[in-house]
Amino acid sequence: MVEESGVASASASTIPPFSREQELTAFRDMLLIRRFEEKAGQLYGMGVIGGFCHLYIGQEAVVVGVKMAARDGDQFTTSYRDHGHMLASGMEPRRVMAELAGKRGGYSKGKGGSMHMFSREANFYGGHGIVGAPAPIGAGVAFANAYRGDGRVSLTFFGEGAANQGQVYEAFNMASLWKLPVVFIVENNRYAMGTEISRASAQIDLSKRGAAFGIPGKQIDGMDVRIVKATADEAIEWCRAGKGPYLIEAQTYRYRGHSMSDPAKYRSKEEVQKMREEHDPIEQVRARLIADGMSEDELKKIDANARKIVAEAADFATADKEPDPSELWTDVLA
Amino acid sequence: MTVNVLMPALSPTMEQGKLAKWLKNEGDAVKAGDVIAEIETDKATMEVEAVDEGVLARILVPGGTENVAVNTPIAVIAEEGEEVADTADHAPVDRVGEEDKAQKQAEAAPPVPGQTAPQDEPGEANKAATKAAVEAATPAPKATSVAKEPSATVAPEVPEGTTMVSMTMREALRDAMAEEMRRDPNVFVMGEEVAEYQGAYKITQGLLQEFGARRVVDTPITEYGFAGVAVGAAFAGLRPILEFMTFNFSMQAIDHIVNSAAKTRYMSGGQINCPIVFRGPNGAAARVAAQHSQDYSAWYSQVPGLIVISPSNASDAKGLLKAAIRNDNPVVFLENEILYGKTSEVPALEDFVLPIGKARIARPGKDVTLVSFSIGMTYALQAAEQLAKEGIDAEVIDLRTLRPMDTATIIESVKKTGRCVAIEEGWPQCGISAEIAMRVQQEAFDYLDAPVLRVTGKDTPMPYAANLEKLALPSVADVITAAKAVLYRS
Repeated sequence: MVEESGVASASASTIPPFSREQELTAFRDMLLIRRFEEKAGQLYGMGVIGGFCHLYIGQEAVVVGVKMAARDGDQFTTSYRDHGHMLASGMEPRRVMAELAGKRGGYSKGKGGSMHMFSREANFYGGHGIVGAPAPIGAGVAFANAYRGDGRVSLTFFGEGAANQGQVYEAFNMASLWKLPVVFIVENNRYAMGTEISRASAQIDLSKRGAAFGIPGKQIDGMDVRIVKATADEAIEWCRAGKGPYLIEAQTYRYRGHSMSDPAKYRSKEEVQKMREEHDPIEQVRARLIADGMSEDELKKIDANARKIVAEAADFATADKEPDPSELWTDVLA
Repeated sequence: MTVNVLMPALSPTMEQGKLAKWLKNEGDAVKAGDVIAEIETDKATMEVEAVDEGVLARILVPGGTENVAVNTPIAVIAEEGEEVADTADHAPVDRVGEEDKAQKQAEAAPPVPGQTAPQDEPGEANKAATKAAVEAATPAPKATSVAKEPSATVAPEVPEGTTMVSMTMREALRDAMAEEMRRDPNVFVMGEEVAEYQGAYKITQGLLQEFGARRVVDTPITEYGFAGVAVGAAFAGLRPILEFMTFNFSMQAIDHIVNSAAKTRYMSGGQINCPIVFRGPNGAAARVAAQHSQDYSAWYSQVPGLIVISPSNASDAKGLLKAAIRNDNPVVFLENEILYGKTSEVPALEDFVLPIGKARIARPGKDVTLVSFSIGMTYALQAAEQLAKEGIDAEVIDLRTLRPMDTATIIESVKKTGRCVAIEEGWPQCGISAEIAMRVQQEAFDYLDAPVLRVTGKDTPMPYAANLEKLALPSVADVITAAKAVLYRS
């Protein structure tokens, strides 16, 4: 079901409820991403962060919901709107922020930047700057899982703009043909840079995009972390059972521009305002926690803690040194 | 009226093949389209159909005959009741003798007579614990010993006295992959037609039988996609050998080769390696025109984060492919279709691995330095032989690895000779030879007695017409002319 707002909805009765603990996990993790991204935006304005910087604000429920369904060892691969995925994967905020700032303490020693970051220990395989590239790469990570028979699932994210890239369908075909354990998660935030989905896609129900390859697909409200989690549970179980790939179209929304330099002339302020007021993923959880008897103070403490982590990350990133000039020549070859 | 049935060509590069067997006997009636015989090369098997209706009056080449030249009459079809004279003007069977073979190899312009690839299971070689066993596993080996002098094809890294066996580059590449797959369970082969079909150019022959479908993976025709999949698998710790049916199709995949494979180690601050080999035939084959004849040596050589290797003979191909598979970096391994069928000496060592980034002096000399690689070496070596007859002693360097390029070996040679000609089949602008010329003028300017010259493919797309294609490629004569020019001789 798709509402006028463009966000798929499910009736309240079909949404599997979260426990208090799950609500708190979702709240804490989404809030950390939100505060982190807000700070990144500020640091960009101050010139601490350069180049391209794509913020995830508004989309937090997608990666957090998937992460809640994942098991240790499952891998994450995404494109360049990737800060949220890194934090959800358990990467250290200060080292992510230092990388955004191009400092030596960053995950890539300052050589990758916002769009190209990796963490072997967090099973985070990027951070890819080429639209569509995560699809075959994530399928390749799944190929390794299937090759080893280790039961891991590759969780592969890309945007609705990337969903028009040919390599995505090449990856779908092989993933299905070889029954690879990969969940493709299309984060449909409705705008590929400035192009609204209906101006770029002949079929805007992206969950159908795997049908030609026999890949089951589900279109969901990606603003509701409970729905994302429940759908990811199904998808991951499907993959782990050896049935092949699964496609999730998570309908979401980014509040900020495509990148920091986006004038956002392609949509109205009212549209953005309406999404923030009626569908905000974090506010939904907050409201449920309050309704469940949590106090504002308790939630404020969680927020304060997120702000503290982020402030420390920003301080670290600001104070950290640039890479040593000799680093120009390292890590080119193994 | 009789009709000659001619030995057909299975591919643009085929010059001869084996007439495997006849499916009809003399005197049998045949209809157009009937399969009358099977022929094979080291690459493929094909059925020969009758071209006309009538009687198979005469079989001119018996089944089982090797090295039957293309266009040789192999049978005569006559009309029913027609007399066929024994002395009909059928050309005698053009069998290529051993001498001719040797001669042709020396001339090296056409491909060496196709030897039938050994059908022995790679598993057999695995069991070969001794040199003798290795030799035994190779059909009709011509065992020789490595001499001290530099050789046109034998790497200086091979210890003196090592037993050598003759094999084609095709067999050497297959053996290299099989040996590395036995050694490391993370190594697997992926590409179009690599498994069931046994390789479009039969380089992966027998691998499916030994290693199974899990490790020898046929892909759909989807270069961009499977390059990305292989790169992802390499990020996750596997060691893919990715075969491009030809490197022409790697242009579909170049984004993953450059953006994903070559850059990720750097972009991850050294965390994520991409141990992958992209291999397949590169450059011009014969008569396949512009879109299937491109040389990518210069393209991939420009990219930091890639290693680029392009061997000229079976021995280097084996030792370097094994090194490439073990290397933790993405390696672009550029082979050459025309060289696949060429036979040369390969050391019968259990584990023959060559160093990456080392050029090889294929022929020592003092008057002029000729630098080349891959099939360019055939022009360089032949030119050197002809120059020797005119009293010009050329030193020939085989780069073997294009990136990192072994500048030191080139410079050392040029300091001795004072003259340099670089030879490649690729285009001239920003080519490998342009890079060589630059390095020589930068590092040995004071030693040069003449400007560095280049012999390259012409600055045009590859034409189809046989005469134009010949003009588009470098020639031995071009190399001789350039060598004489830098020596100010005519």
